[in-house]
Amino acid sequence: MSDLKQELKNKIISQLNLEDVAIEDFEDSTPLFGEGVGLDSIDALELIVMMDKDYGIRLTDPKEGRKVFESVDVMAAYIEEHRTK
Amino acid sequence: MVKPVYINGMGTVTAQGTHDPERLFGEPVLYDSDAWHAIAPDYRTIIPGSEARRLSTGMKMSIAATKAAMEQAGVEQVDAVITGTGMGCIRDSEKFLRAILDNDEQFLTPTPFIQSTHNSVAGHLARMLACTGYNFTYVHGSNSFASSVIDGLMQLRNGEAEVVLIGGVDELGDHSTELHRRNGHIKGKPVPSAGLLASTTSGTLFGEGAGFFVLSNVKGPATYAELLAAKAWHKTGAEGIEQHVLDFLRENGVTPEDVDAVVLGRNGDGDFDGYYNALSEGLFKQHTQLAYKHHTGEFHTAPTFAMYLVARVLEHDAVPAAYLVKNPPSGTIRTILQYDQYRGVDHNLTLLRKC
Amino acid sequence: MTKGVAVTGMGIISAIGCGVPANLAALREGRSGIGPITWVRTHLEGSVRVGEIAQNDVDLAKQLDHPAKGPHTRTSLLGCLAAEEALRQAGLMNVDRHALGLITATTVGGMDVTEKYFYQYLTSDEHLASIDTLHAGHTGQMMADHLGIVDGFVTTISTACSSASNAIMLGARMIKAGMLDRVLVGGVDCLSKFTLNGFNTLMILSASQNRPFSDDRDGLNLGEAAAYLVLESDASVKARKATPIAYVAGYGNANDAHHQTASSENGDGATAAMLEALRTAGLSPSEIDHINAHGTATPNNDLSEGRAFMRVFGEHVPPFTSTKPYTGHTLAAAGAVEAVFSILAMQHGMVFPTLNFSGGMSEFDLRPTTKLTDMPLSSVLSNSLGFGGNCSSLIIVKA
Repeated sequence: MSDLKQELKNKIISQLNLEDVAIEDFEDSTPLFGEGVGLDSIDALELIVMMDKDYGIRLTDPKEGRKVFESVDVMAAYIEEHRTK
Repeated sequence: MVKPVYINGMGTVTAQGTHDPERLFGEPVLYDSDAWHAIAPDYRTIIPGSEARRLSTGMKMSIAATKAAMEQAGVEQVDAVITGTGMGCIRDSEKFLRAILDNDEQFLTPTPFIQSTHNSVAGHLARMLACTGYNFTYVHGSNSFASSVIDGLMQLRNGEAEVVLIGGVDELGDHSTELHRRNGHIKGKPVPSAGLLASTTSGTLFGEGAGFFVLSNVKGPATYAELLAAKAWHKTGAEGIEQHVLDFLRENGVTPEDVDAVVLGRNGDGDFDGYYNALSEGLFKQHTQLAYKHHTGEFHTAPTFAMYLVARVLEHDAVPAAYLVKNPPSGTIRTILQYDQYRGVDHNLTLLRKC
Repeated sequence: MTKGVAVTGMGIISAIGCGVPANLAALREGRSGIGPITWVRTHLEGSVRVGEIAQNDVDLAKQLDHPAKGPHTRTSLLGCLAAEEALRQAGLMNVDRHALGLITATTVGGMDVTEKYFYQYLTSDEHLASIDTLHAGHTGQMMADHLGIVDGFVTTISTACSSASNAIMLGARMIKAGMLDRVLVGGVDCLSKFTLNGFNTLMILSASQNRPFSDDRDGLNLGEAAAYLVLESDASVKARKATPIAYVAGYGNANDAHHQTASSENGDGATAAMLEALRTAGLSPSEIDHINAHGTATPNNDLSEGRAFMRVFGEHVPPFTSTKPYTGHTLAAAGAVEAVFSILAMQHGMVFPTLNFSGGMSEFDLRPTTKLTDMPLSSVLSNSLGFGGNCSSLIIVKA
């Protein structure tokens, strides 16, 4: 599970082009949106694509996506449960 | 009483590194290739990293140029944002299209699509400046910037606005540049930049850049020049260009003798430089003549640099050696005419005066 | 004294027909043009419905009064067709048009061609001439050449969904400022893989038919169209004894300055644009008889726009409708398509229905007109609210 969390952090940083952010800069439990890491609604759409492409999980409702992307912890748990890749 | 319109602030990003205003009167950067990328300012000092992560080259150039212009003009707000771009954020367009074609429409992400919309720069500037006013983007080839000048002038003359930001930007796209090699718009055999103006072969050399200007009815702390008039039209034969110029000057109460210098968009394309020759060997044969595309490269919004150049010349009453083509000035330079066209269409003229 | 800037002709081609009479018939008969994708090769074929124009490119080229000297794109062909109809109606097809102005609008431009030959351009010489169509302004240049425009002022606006409204606005301003005498204004967009996929990544496409202002609305249907108006100065109208069909009385453009693609929750940009249109028209909200809403049926737009209506009109929001269930969202053409529909509504004294309405929104009591309704109309306000926060409103009044 912690490998998946590391993997997710790396993907978030590279896919969303967070140039100034390093993997140590935020916790697994840090909120990804708003105050924490500071992602926005366009990032949410990008993460939805990543979920489909890398883990075979189809999220069809952007609002559902926001709940899943609350933090790395929440994302990892969701992926573990639903992944098809 | 006609309301005056002044250029109170300017910023450019070009292949000549002119985000640094000192560069204009120095030695030009010379190029041997056929497509010249802009020399970028240090964006980290201009744009927060968290914002910069999504931004295209064109977007970053526009932000840097806008911030410089706003600072010089001493304003934090404008009433209107009017931009022009020939190809828009072409790199994002190419990225999104490649993703569609290469992955058979699978796993597409929204960011390049959003960035590729032509008014993404104007939209970003509106958010950056918290400007809820008039916001237009013109995408008409080499009249993109001229359209924004005409619109900005209209706003200020007719009391629709008091302070307006106008500008233009174009970035080089890898794929589209290659396509323009394929269709001969870029010279088949590159010519060194220093020799571009003398070239008579077909095609030209490409560049990229941004130029933004703060215009107002009231002078600012660093006012460069007065913008008197602008005109743009679809096309004309080379034999008709002189009449267009005479009509334009007459409509603005100016004779050819009143004009002290001309800035021409000559780009070394043997097929189309005839338009400029009609003026440089005819009506303005004895006038001080300047050109700039041999240093900026050709791109749809290159005339933003022409405006910058004109304003700097009027400010200093001196012509940078690198941009002088013929007839060094013999007296005060008070009135300058700018003319540009691209491949026989998108003709535009602007008239500026010392103030 | 003067009602505004005279409109002396209009032309349109959309999913509900080629030409003004065909569009009017469909509007009256409640016939939607939303259906499956036919011309664009895309994997979205089975899953999204669009407002597609029935003719293919070969048919379109055949319908033009003069041969289409290329390189043309579907966009420029549509534009030429609609522009020709507008000029014909204005009585300007058989006159010298060398000094006519053209202010057009597009978001797609020549993308339909670019996406076909993107890689082929590198390996084959066959279509190299079409590389000219790469930049968005090429559409307007082709139209200018086709229509015989030489030293007229020609430009192209691209501000996403508000583009054509902005073209109409610029034309009106330039005529009022004495800079132009006669100008064609409007916009055009065709369907393309690029746009279909782009909107799909934003997850704002409907899974079926768009249902504006309905509680269970689920997104928009994209459409393709071209629509143009001929605007003329009073002097020009008088000199050639033309008959205006309507007047552009007011206009406003404002920016939401909120988000790249979504509107602010309370419709700040839309509110400001509508207020500015009323101000330039010299009209109060109570003098607006009808609104042609932007009404794309995305959860975000309809809520934001509805709130803006209430902020501007208070308790007395006039009858409003979205015609996008007929044509789809035609992007850069929308403002002009809906200007044409607004003029038709006034000419025939009727409010066209918002098709597919499935029940009002829970956030407010506003309900669109859902049945064709006879109603004398003297003024219509039309909204077009685009990406980049670009919000435009036009007020058109009866001739």
